[in-house]
Amino acid sequence: MFSRRNPQLNRHGELIHLLSIEGLPKAVLTQILDTAGTFLSVNDRDVKKVPLLRGKSVFNLFFENSTRTRTTFEIAAKRLSADVINLDIARSSTAKGESLLDTIANLSAMHADMFVVRHGESGAPYLIAQHCAPHVHVINAGDGRHAHPTQALLDMYTIRHFKGDFASLRVAIVGDIVHSRVARSDIHALTTLGVAEIRAVGPKTLVPADLAPMGVRVCHDMADGIRDADVIIMLRLQNERMSGAMLPSAGEFFKHFGLTADKLALAHPEAIVMHPGPINRGVEIDSTVADGVHSVILPQVTFGIAVRMAVMSTIAGNEA
Amino acid sequence: MKLLVKGGRLIDPASGLDRIGDLAIAAGRVVALGEVSRDFTPERTINASGQVVAPGLVDLAARLREPGYEHEGMLESELAAAAAGGVTSLVCLPDTDPPLDEPGLVEMLKFRARKLSRCRLFPLGALTRGLAGETLTEMAELTEAGCVGFSQADAPMVNTLTLQRALQYAATFGFTVWLRPQDAWLGGGVAASGAVATRLGLSGVPVAAETVALHTLFELVRSTGARVHLCRLSSAAGVELLRQAKAEGLPVTADVSINSLHLTDVDVGFFNAAMRVTPPLRQQRDRDALQAALVDGTIDALVSDHTPVSSDEKTLPFGEATPGATGLELLLGLALSWGQQRKLTLAQTLARITSEPVRVLGAAIGPLASSAGRLVVGGVADVCIFEPEVRWAVRADALVSQGKHTPFAFDISGFELAGRVQTTLVAGGLAFERSAA
Repeated sequence: MFSRRNPQLNRHGELIHLLSIEGLPKAVLTQILDTAGTFLSVNDRDVKKVPLLRGKSVFNLFFENSTRTRTTFEIAAKRLSADVINLDIARSSTAKGESLLDTIANLSAMHADMFVVRHGESGAPYLIAQHCAPHVHVINAGDGRHAHPTQALLDMYTIRHFKGDFASLRVAIVGDIVHSRVARSDIHALTTLGVAEIRAVGPKTLVPADLAPMGVRVCHDMADGIRDADVIIMLRLQNERMSGAMLPSAGEFFKHFGLTADKLALAHPEAIVMHPGPINRGVEIDSTVADGVHSVILPQVTFGIAVRMAVMSTIAGNEA
Repeated sequence: MKLLVKGGRLIDPASGLDRIGDLAIAAGRVVALGEVSRDFTPERTINASGQVVAPGLVDLAARLREPGYEHEGMLESELAAAAAGGVTSLVCLPDTDPPLDEPGLVEMLKFRARKLSRCRLFPLGALTRGLAGETLTEMAELTEAGCVGFSQADAPMVNTLTLQRALQYAATFGFTVWLRPQDAWLGGGVAASGAVATRLGLSGVPVAAETVALHTLFELVRSTGARVHLCRLSSAAGVELLRQAKAEGLPVTADVSINSLHLTDVDVGFFNAAMRVTPPLRQQRDRDALQAALVDGTIDALVSDHTPVSSDEKTLPFGEATPGATGLELLLGLALSWGQQRKLTLAQTLARITSEPVRVLGAAIGPLASSAGRLVVGGVADVCIFEPEVRWAVRADALVSQGKHTPFAFDISGFELAGRVQTTLVAGGLAFERSAA
């Protein structure tokens, strides 16, 4: 039954698309992290290129604006010697203009080998993966609230780099989890890699009880949520949610769920603080913490390129 | 035409009749049931041995997409689909373009359906002009034109005061108001709230969207005395509220769709847009409660909720895809599947798609109310003849409907349905006959 088969794996269980972390075996995740480690040295060389994707065309297909993520994918593809084409497609209503699948068909006719897709609707990359030519690979660069798998992989790389083994770790994810594709992908990755505990921390409007079945402990109290945590992942609070029916104000959110040095003192003394960026200083995180010794926010960005190189080279080597 | 249906298993759910026998039809009416006099000289004889001869099915919810959405289904193709599904009477919704808020539109639709003579058509009129939820329609005029009730279809009724007045006005004339209980503000999501929607990052419709609306409706039914038919219940909590309301004696009836009766949110799988339906598919305990409520009669009728959607509108990301699925040709098979799972007799199963929906329609369909959905001597000869044991896989290209998308397609769900319609008679005339394969 085709709707039940995990569409990102071929029949040998190899990764052909990266659409979600959910359902990926631990070995696949670990292999990508290991491969990323080898690429990290490429980034320190004078000539920062390897020829793994030479002659391949990577299309960055961004239906939603993002400079940062698109840039890191572009750098990763170029360091693998691929040709990169950037397309910023303002998300148009489906009633007018070209449909999503027509866009894909047209680009496929230009002999694309890989699509890096960001889309505002959850699941859009699945639709693309189901309808593109068999030799084309799809990487989800963020779809709606659903998934941001490369961000999760770079987060896992960062955690492994600074903390080593996952088994003993207590991880707190704090903030707007209900709207966060990063949180969902992080949760799947952390449960697959087998951490001791994942806590989802925030007010009830942003952290619904329905999250528990994903394998997290839902906490509505910041102190309870970050006490003794080894890893704290702060999420970005989108501007449009800072006031309204989700939250009364950014100030009240910061007071109760923003990460300050005082609150950080409750965590494990060696805790690391992560953030997918871009950060809102004074909304979800205080500057003293963002720039402090516990922060690994900038290393995350560096690792992100190596991880995306690893993902691209892995899926390009597997056939549908 | 004089017609003899010979040697079939005659089932009349309302009376419990279930026996092998013959059925004689003349001038559009059943003239003999069981034993047929030797004097009867048919112009045509249908051999129904090994087949079930049942009343034609009555579907309380189908969209024919005309006027306004002709590219998605036209009266002709969709009424042919009804006949192919054994459906001889159907209630169509007013959410066409323009909506059915003018008597002229209703008369035209009725006229065209009569000319096609595939299936009896009973339109629901719009409860408010343009379904905008603001101004009442001319309900009495629309009833004269042929409307059997009034509905907002899936358009929200945000203003509770307007809703109250609509119910008061309808109650003045004894009209039934057909409403899908869903709070407009809570109902904005694309999937049922729960672990699946949360995991997939799809916006959710909580159960409270249904229960809040039901509480409001029941209060207004108490105060206005209006008769209300609740369309497409979707939750266990909603079923429980309905059960209490019926125990209290409120004049309410209800239906459930084939989709909610058989599927759950888990079937959404990897964002399968075929599973995008309204109301959204809920959890297993909801499905179990709906199945049980249809057994014990808390829910009166099973409906196809037939909604043809074009491929362009379905090959979109889940949240952007148009909700709806084709259903007229699947109603019988999915009713039989439910009946088998629940160990019901064929008569008990068929009651939910024949005599019970007619009871819901009541006096609104005039003299037909006494014999539609039934097999009785002197009654209208609307008949569905089907092979009960034949199993068939649903394939898009084999469907008569222009709507090819269904969650029950074999290549999606692996579903096989039992029970295949062979012949459909409307007023004694052949509306559908399966050609020999």
